[in-house]
Amino acid sequence: MQTVIGQTNPVAIFFFLLFVAVTLAITYWAAKRTRTTKEFYAAGRNITGFQNGLALAGDYMSAASFLGIAGLVSTKGYDGLIYSVGWLVGWPIIMFLIAEPLRNLGKYTFADVVAYRLSQRPIRSAAALGSIITVLTYLTAQMVGAGTLIKLLFGLPYEVAVIIVGCLMIAYVLFGGMLATTWVQIIKAVLLLGGATLLVILTLAQFGFNYGELFGQAAQKYGDKFLEPGGLVTNPIDAFSLGLALMFGTAGLPHILMRFYTVPNAKEARKSVFYATGFIGYFYILTFTIGFGAAVLVGQDIIKGIDKGGNMAAPLLAEVLGGNIFLGFLAAVAFATILAVVAGLTLAGASALSHDLYVGVIRKGVSAEKEEVKVAKIATLILGLTAIFLGIIFKGQNVAFMVGLAFAVAASANFPALFMSIVWKRFTTQGAVSSIITGLVLATVLIILSPTVWVDVFKNPSPIFPLKNPGLISMTAAFIAGIIVSLATREPQAEARFEEEKLRTYVGIGAE
Amino acid sequence: MTKKSAHEILEDEEFRTLARQKNLISLILTILELVIYFGFISLIAFNKPFLASKLSGSMTVGIPVGIGVIILSWILTGIYVNWANKKYDRMVENIKNRIGG
Repeated sequence: MQTVIGQTNPVAIFFFLLFVAVTLAITYWAAKRTRTTKEFYAAGRNITGFQNGLALAGDYMSAASFLGIAGLVSTKGYDGLIYSVGWLVGWPIIMFLIAEPLRNLGKYTFADVVAYRLSQRPIRSAAALGSIITVLTYLTAQMVGAGTLIKLLFGLPYEVAVIIVGCLMIAYVLFGGMLATTWVQIIKAVLLLGGATLLVILTLAQFGFNYGELFGQAAQKYGDKFLEPGGLVTNPIDAFSLGLALMFGTAGLPHILMRFYTVPNAKEARKSVFYATGFIGYFYILTFTIGFGAAVLVGQDIIKGIDKGGNMAAPLLAEVLGGNIFLGFLAAVAFATILAVVAGLTLAGASALSHDLYVGVIRKGVSAEKEEVKVAKIATLILGLTAIFLGIIFKGQNVAFMVGLAFAVAASANFPALFMSIVWKRFTTQGAVSSIITGLVLATVLIILSPTVWVDVFKNPSPIFPLKNPGLISMTAAFIAGIIVSLATREPQAEARFEEEKLRTYVGIGAE
Repeated sequence: MTKKSAHEILEDEEFRTLARQKNLISLILTILELVIYFGFISLIAFNKPFLASKLSGSMTVGIPVGIGVIILSWILTGIYVNWANKKYDRMVENIKNRIGG
């Protein structure tokens, strides 16, 4: 088949410019409503549960999960489904354990919750470190992915793509704060879900709207193995460890947690998780179908010929089924997808720098409203430029491990401390700091020694640490460190405030 | 009805019931989610032939099972929201009304 992927595509550029124009107009509108910290970090807490559900989905569904999972399914079949399931299962955990207490106890960041009755400065320093490492590794992976994908899709030079993405994300966050970021995410979620739905309908139309026919033809072409679990889960402990990191890491991602402060109360927070889980689950079912469709209608040889990782499976399928126009639309949607995710990450990183580190640690919690907004904007700029810089220096590097690292740190440094601070009266400042540092250091060191970095990146013959993702060890160790150190120390003031915290956790009295 | 102070509410039977119910349902649903997901992973690790067995035509058991994990996860969040909207919010309102200055 002849493809125009990788060439300058006027349709894609048209749709992309349209998206940029609309989102910049929204940013201009949002800028007038972004003066206070509450507006900058939390969109004035005026987002509804449904809107936040869409925005959460827009924040979470990355281009890597759209193009990557469709590609994985098209080349590996059933294993792609196993992989995508892991990305969904953290959402119920957010719902049952985190969303409502987080909304009731905190103000702008998850560190607000951990620091609620503990010593502000040590907690905020440690939690900000956990947030920033999570955000930076995730952001680097996104930027490198953005440069590579946009180069593949539009034929744009890598560096140019990274700079465009960086500048737009800075513009959204710097001027429009959380309000603009939220609407970018909502629009992106609608476009992505709509585009993927259309692609699935067009695909199924080729098979008389009969999944059996689609699977039948796939099996005919690639054998029965294509519809069976293959080589993805060979070592069960490895799979458990990755599963834990994905599950509890999702519940420790700063940019996701931060979104719960944009709704007016815990009830809306809970509703938003329900909507988000539905949208994301639906989306993964679509990508599974798209992957099979691409395998049958495009063919693995062509998909792998354009990109070894299979990332162009969905765009190629769009081209086969809807020609240049649909390809252009989907390429622009992929671009929009990247922007929404990096904007959310940048805002979360900037809040950790300004709200936790600057105000909480340097200014000891005392800072004028105007000053904090100004610092948050400077932090946005610093973080955005850092992201562009990291995106460029990591060009051509294998950064797949960075997403794994982000999730491992989120599951090990952020989640255990957050969870214990909500439920455990005896949790102390030293316990929390030990837990965060243990999780952070172990997750980072073990991933460097693991097959994903030690072998795949550094090209050593065998790994020092056997598991691909350290979640199982680093998260367990973070819990144990938190528990042992808390039991060895006492913090009567913190214990005394637990009752009040409990009332706020469950009933929401005094919530922001 | 006499208004109660925040401290008294904490000792109050109604608040204790609310906290207990919320913890219980959160715990049960979390365990269910863990069982569903790690059960799926265990099936892949220990019983590939089951997932590879044919359902009808080329469709394997693994496909509905995998999709089922996604749908079940969503249903669990739905169960929680439904319970919270119907029962939990009402209990919260009751307690809020009873708290005096």
